[in-house]
Order: sequence, then C-alpha cells, then structure tokens
Amino acid sequence: MLTEERRAFLTQRARQARALTLEAIYRVGRGHIGGTMSIAELLIALYDDVMRVDPSNPSWPERDRLVVSKGHAAPIVYAVLAMKGYFDPKLLDTLNANGTTLPSHCDMRKVPGIDMTAGSLGQGLSAAVGMALANQMDHRDSYVYAIVGDGESQEGQVWEAVMLAAQRKLEHLIVFVDDNGCQVDGFTGDILNMRPFDQKYRAFGWHAIYVEDGHSFDQILDAIHQAKQTPDRPHAIILNTVKAKHVPGAENTYQSHCFSLTREQLDNSLRNL
Amino acid sequence: MLDNMDMKTALGETLAEEMRKNSSLVLVGADLMGANGTWPLHGEFPDRVINVGIAEANMVGVAAGLAACGKLPVCDTFAAFMARRDYDQVFISVAYAGLNVKLIGSDPGVAAEMNGGTHMSFEDVALMRTIPTMTVVEPCDCAQLRQAVKAMLEVKGPVYLRLYRKKPHKIYEDGCRFSLGRADCLTQGRDATVIAAGMMVWNALQAAEQLNQEGIHLRVLNMHTIKPLDKAAIILAAQETGAIVTAENANYFNGLGSAVAEVIAENSLSVPFQRVGVRDQFGEVGGTSYLMERFQLTASDIAQAVKSCLKRRQIH
Repeated sequence: MLTEERRAFLTQRARQARALTLEAIYRVGRGHIGGTMSIAELLIALYDDVMRVDPSNPSWPERDRLVVSKGHAAPIVYAVLAMKGYFDPKLLDTLNANGTTLPSHCDMRKVPGIDMTAGSLGQGLSAAVGMALANQMDHRDSYVYAIVGDGESQEGQVWEAVMLAAQRKLEHLIVFVDDNGCQVDGFTGDILNMRPFDQKYRAFGWHAIYVEDGHSFDQILDAIHQAKQTPDRPHAIILNTVKAKHVPGAENTYQSHCFSLTREQLDNSLRNL
Repeated sequence: MLDNMDMKTALGETLAEEMRKNSSLVLVGADLMGANGTWPLHGEFPDRVINVGIAEANMVGVAAGLAACGKLPVCDTFAAFMARRDYDQVFISVAYAGLNVKLIGSDPGVAAEMNGGTHMSFEDVALMRTIPTMTVVEPCDCAQLRQAVKAMLEVKGPVYLRLYRKKPHKIYEDGCRFSLGRADCLTQGRDATVIAAGMMVWNALQAAEQLNQEGIHLRVLNMHTIKPLDKAAIILAAQETGAIVTAENANYFNGLGSAVAEVIAENSLSVPFQRVGVRDQFGEVGGTSYLMERFQLTASDIAQAVKSCLKRRQIH
C-alpha cells in the first residue's frame, strides 16, 4: 500500500509525463495520443518504483529491461526517460522532426534507455523472451518487463513468444497487456475480440493477474508485487486502461490512436491532467 | 569429386568448436535443427541450444533479445522460411535494431528438391541483400563453409549465410583461406569470366573445363560474399577478360547477377554480360540435376551463355 505522499508524488509524475508527451506531439502536429496516454501510470510505476536501472549507465548489464512492443507509444516512453535523466528533456522538442534522434517508434539505436526497437507490432515479446533467456543463462536476477497492446495481441507471433516463455519457466518476465479496448479501425471487441486475456495467458501456462483500474498506482504495484512472489511461471498483468486517458473528448475512442491536437485540446488536456 | 561429409555436419562441427571457445555463442532454431546439423550440439550445450518449436518469427525475435543482452545468437531454418517468413523480424528486430544476429538459411534454390516450390527459395538473396547492414554469404563446400562460419562470427552485425546442407562437390582444401568480401579466382582464364556462388561454382568450373576443350579459357570467380560485393574483382575481370556471365541458383532478378550488373553499368564497363539463373519462375519438386536442367542452371547453360557473350563481343 502506497503512502498518501508517495501516491501524490507518482500521480504528479504521471501528470508531467502526459504533459511532456502531449506538448511534444502538439509541436509536431500529429501523433499517437491514445496509446501513449493509456500507459502513463504504468511507465511511472516501473521507472520510479520498480525497475533497477541507472540512467547514467543505460547499458548496465545488470539492469532490468523494458520492451515496449507497442512501439508507437514511444513519445511517452521518451518523456519518462527524459524525466529520469537519460537525456535532456529539451530533446523532446525534436520528436519526429526532420533529422531527430527521437523517432515515432521506440528506437534502441538512437535513444539512450530504450532497450528494444519496436514498430511492426507483435515482435517485442519475442525479444523480451530472448532477454529473459539470456538472464537465465547468465544467472542474473534482473527482470524483463514488456508492454504489449491488446490489439497488438492479435499478432500470432505474440503467442509464439507466450508459449516459449511458459516452456522455459521465465519467472523473471513480466508482461503488461495495455487492454484499452481500442485498435486503429474500431473497438477491439468489434474487430477481433481478444478478451479475456487473463484466461488466455493462464491457459498458456502463465501466472495472470487482472487489474481492474490500470491507472491506479496501488493496483499496478500490487500486481507486480504478487507476480514477484509467484515462482516458476512468467507473469501477465492485464491492465484495464482508458485509451487517451485525460484527453477530453478523446478518451475511450479508437479514433484517438493517432490524431492532431488543436491548441484548445492541448490546453484543455493540460488543465485536465 | 564429392566432399567427404554433408555441409550440415561441417556446420555442426564448426559451430561446436566455436561454442567451446566463445561462451556467448548460442544457437536458436525452429524445429529444423536436426536437418541443419545444429541439434546434435544440444547434448554438449544444453543451455545454449534453444529450440523454439515451429515458430520461425519467434526464433528471430528471441535471437534479437539474446543479442541485446550480449549473446551471439545463430539462427537456422530453411532459406525459404528465413527470408520469406521472417523478413519483417530480420529487418526490424535484427537489422534495424542494430543487433548482432547470424542467420543460416538452408536448402537454397533447387537444393530444396522434393520439398518443391513452397520450400524453394529463389528470392532469399535478393531479399536479404536489400536490408541495410546485412552481409550475405554463400559458401560452396565444406572447407569453405568452415572458414565462412568463422568469418561470419567475427562480423559485428547481421549476416545471412545460405547453406547447402548435403554433400557438395569438393572444391577447397581444409584450412583454405577465406576473405569475406573478396572473391576467389579459381581459374585464371582471360577469354571471359563466370561469376558464381554456392552450388553454381561447381557448374561454373565444369563449364570452364568444357570450354577449355574448345580453346576458350574461362576465369571463374567464386563470389562467396554477395554483399558486400567484391567490385574490384568484377571491374578487373571485365577489363581483363572482356565478357561476364553470372551463375546463381536463384531468380535472376535482384540477386548475384543483378548485383554484378549494377557494378558493370555504374562503372561504364562496356562488356557483353549475361545472367544464368532462374528466369522468374516458381520452383517445383525434383532431383537437383533435373531441376538444374529444368531451370537452365547447368554447366552447359553457363557455357552457352559464355559463347553467346563472345559472339556479341565479335559483332561489336
């Protein structure tokens, strides 16, 4: 259970991550707003409270790693990395600008702190499994975290990786499903329903936890704590989230996947955070 | 003369030697490790030989993750699957991500024999060579394969190795020199040059013997590294022999022949040029010699192409 003070701190940090992301996207004119806003609390919980990382040494072999397989969430990952001191927050001004080192999708070659490149959906979990296997081989106690979209989970490769993780008992692998219920062309339930995720993961031999409010720091951190107490299996934490959370008029709409923010919408959002 | 062992056996032996020396080296396969000679290594290295099951996309992704953690992964499957099925994973999770993963694709082109058109990769070289940073290698026998594997592991970046896995014709002696990116000149003729790779090197040498009897002396270049291409050897061959024929066990679009053509055109080398390769067709079932005839890849087809070039040269 978080203290009142800690909860307020984390909430403020998530607010800041959202603001930096929306401002950067506003500056470039258009961007992936829905799926960045849905994982703000998760990213803050991971980087501020959970992950063993050293921003001054991004390639530290003993670190915990994060694979953001829904690579289009990069803008908010970059914002959080900048907040952690991986690079100068001023760099966020260059998001998606010509010649930038901060491209729309997570890029490990260009951005300090990004542990895996992603962009074509469905590939990240395989890489996370490879990382967890490497840790297992080297007897490292590091954790590998991955964030996979609910729509992304329609890609068959995700389930190839899920099967191997269970076969190899990768107990230091924790996957978050950002279950915001939306994909580009519509609601996930209308296009290709993937729910219930927890039952699917359990059927594949994983330890799965459903988190009712994927924006609650208490619930996210409690789920991670539970995962770490459960041996011999990889862990799936299903986060019930809101696409475009805290962007007025865009929340829970699939059209919020990628759109242009007006000045008014930006101001409204910043006030609403 | 045939080599004394299958290339897959030579591959397994070489990788085992390297794994004993380099604890970072890991093998990742997708249920064709037996076919490719890597599964027997599981006995000696149970933790470093990972069979992901019939899931080629995951194989490449897992290898990328291993590489991100400092491992040196070598993936293997059939060439058709490595190039067609895993193209997006190879492109993004490996090459675009800048990760050091080695990829072995076996049964290239007509070598897929009885597996037929679904398994017959006439396009893998073309696909792989258009991925930035990718090195593409196709050794022709066991001795060269052993050296190529060692050289591949030294490269800091992705490498695609096209593997004939059965018993090849023996061309090189054990311990032969292998210089990545430098073609081997196997015969020193000055009338025309045949540039070949993999299985087609033997056919090129046979063509050289046939033509020798007719007084035509061929230069045969084994272009074992298709990328980066040995441009200097091509330019020199064009200047010294005045005619170039390429020979590839692949679609003649965008592979070795096209790569050589690019060098000839961009260097304004005014020489007759012809490609021997599969003329934009799908594969089919059959034995190797039948398929070589069917797709016009034989020594006689190469000799014919050489003569056609020489005729064009006389006319001009």
